[in-house]
Amino acid sequence: MGKWLPVLTVILAIFAGWYATVPFMNIKETLSALERAGAVVTPDSPIERRDAPSFALVVKNSFAVPATYAQDRPRLPAPHQVALDLWQTTVEKKITSKRSLVYHGWITLSATLLGFVIGTGGGILLAVGIVHSRAMDMSVMPWAIASQTIPILAIAPMIIVVLNSVGIQGLVPKAIISAYLSFFPVVVGMVKGLRAPDAMQLDLLKTYHATQAQVFWKLRLPASMPYLFASLKIGVAAALVGAIVAELPAGGARGLGGRMLTGSYYGQMVQIWSALVLAAVLAAVLVLLIGLAQRMTLKRMGLT
Amino acid sequence: MAPSAIAPVISAKSLDLTFQTADAPVHALKDVSLDILPGDFVSFIGPSGCGKTTFLRCIAGLETPTGGTLTVNGMSADEARRARAYGYVFQAAGLYPWRTISGNIKLPLEIMGYSKADQNSRVAEVLELVELSDFGGKFPWQLSGGMQQRASIARALAFDADILLMDEPFGALDEIVRDHLNEQLLELWARTDKTIAFVTHSIPEAVYLSTKIVVMSPRPGRITDVIDSPLPKERPLDIRDTPEFIEIAHRVREGLRAGHADD
Repeated sequence: MGKWLPVLTVILAIFAGWYATVPFMNIKETLSALERAGAVVTPDSPIERRDAPSFALVVKNSFAVPATYAQDRPRLPAPHQVALDLWQTTVEKKITSKRSLVYHGWITLSATLLGFVIGTGGGILLAVGIVHSRAMDMSVMPWAIASQTIPILAIAPMIIVVLNSVGIQGLVPKAIISAYLSFFPVVVGMVKGLRAPDAMQLDLLKTYHATQAQVFWKLRLPASMPYLFASLKIGVAAALVGAIVAELPAGGARGLGGRMLTGSYYGQMVQIWSALVLAAVLAAVLVLLIGLAQRMTLKRMGLT
Repeated sequence: MAPSAIAPVISAKSLDLTFQTADAPVHALKDVSLDILPGDFVSFIGPSGCGKTTFLRCIAGLETPTGGTLTVNGMSADEARRARAYGYVFQAAGLYPWRTISGNIKLPLEIMGYSKADQNSRVAEVLELVELSDFGGKFPWQLSGGMQQRASIARALAFDADILLMDEPFGALDEIVRDHLNEQLLELWARTDKTIAFVTHSIPEAVYLSTKIVVMSPRPGRITDVIDSPLPKERPLDIRDTPEFIEIAHRVREGLRAGHADD
């Protein structure tokens, strides 16, 4: 219980703040709708209402507050509206339906996982190269850092367009953008991890006349494990962001990114929020799974 | 050389080592000559900067002298390192935290390609030698500092090297543990017939352990005195109260003081 109390307190505070904000965000549309339905609202001129501060409108029309929580297309949906939409689009829809979030979530997840595997593999290989070759250390690292300074939103459409022009579309371009974001933390973490053994430990292996490969497998790689898992957690979250961003210019309205995009086209804020919540849940589960793998691996290695 | 003479295991003649640093060259070793015979227990003692660790690292082929000659088992130091002529014990135990004690002792055996069965029998043998037989399956963090250092000595004994190089192996341990380990080390040396080169900054430790004490002094690092110990090979801890022991300790202290005359 002691562990959960702080967590619950924070969640409760977020929900309280959220519910408190909803009336102010939705009051103008709610008043217009109520006026059309024949209610008396103050002020009664739409132009005056447009220019009035939300706070004043809520105070003057306190009767309309309940209605702000029940709009069809709220500017800010209340948590229960998002929860209802999530329920309807995940549990109540067949997962083959284009309106099922499970369907869209899987599209994003598959690109995320493929990208994560490519990014992690590439990142580890790069790190091994950087640690063992001075030339690579000097040449690759600056490029790796530079690659992360380019806004992903700028480069994602280019990758999609270029790959599309050579006939590659669908999963692979999205996975590549995912990998582009996730390889970097793995490179940085693994370089640090592979260099973690100190001079004394390297000298010890030198007294055994160990080969480079033996130094790598027996010392550098095991020593890097704690660093690797820390990087993987960042990397998998970055991979998910990459997959979602990649879905924005991809068109076709598939995946969680696609849901967010169509939601903004049609003013369906609830749909955007649902996709957001699902993305957050996916990220949390992925990070949790890596944390689990970390605990199992380090325990087996006797490091915890 | 006369055929009757015993060939030295380690032989240094006019050894020089100068480190080039940004401001001025550092003379870590200057004109160091020394022969170590088979079965010797040689201690190197001196203040920090006197080159005792550097000399040990030269013997191990971890540093390359800039002048003079150095042979280990009749080979160059680097050839001897490649031939795995010695076991090296560092000041810190340096056990891998992800390997058990047995796993740590197996490390050199795996690297040197010993068979699985041979590895296991050797691990059992050296664990018994350092009195850690019941701790093979434990991880390093489950052992005290003294036990970890014993495990690291076992690791250096596990393969067939007849030279043991020890760089202040007990420097980080408290006096009671150190006394006990010194006793054990003497027993171990008597049982294994190894040639041991031992770096220390403790006068009682050097006198208690050694058949030969090499006193060194800094700037430049050099040998100021070599003392052949008249103490018998059998040495109980209370030998440290005998007049002979105090006499040698006194001579070591004098040598150390002479080296500092220019300060």
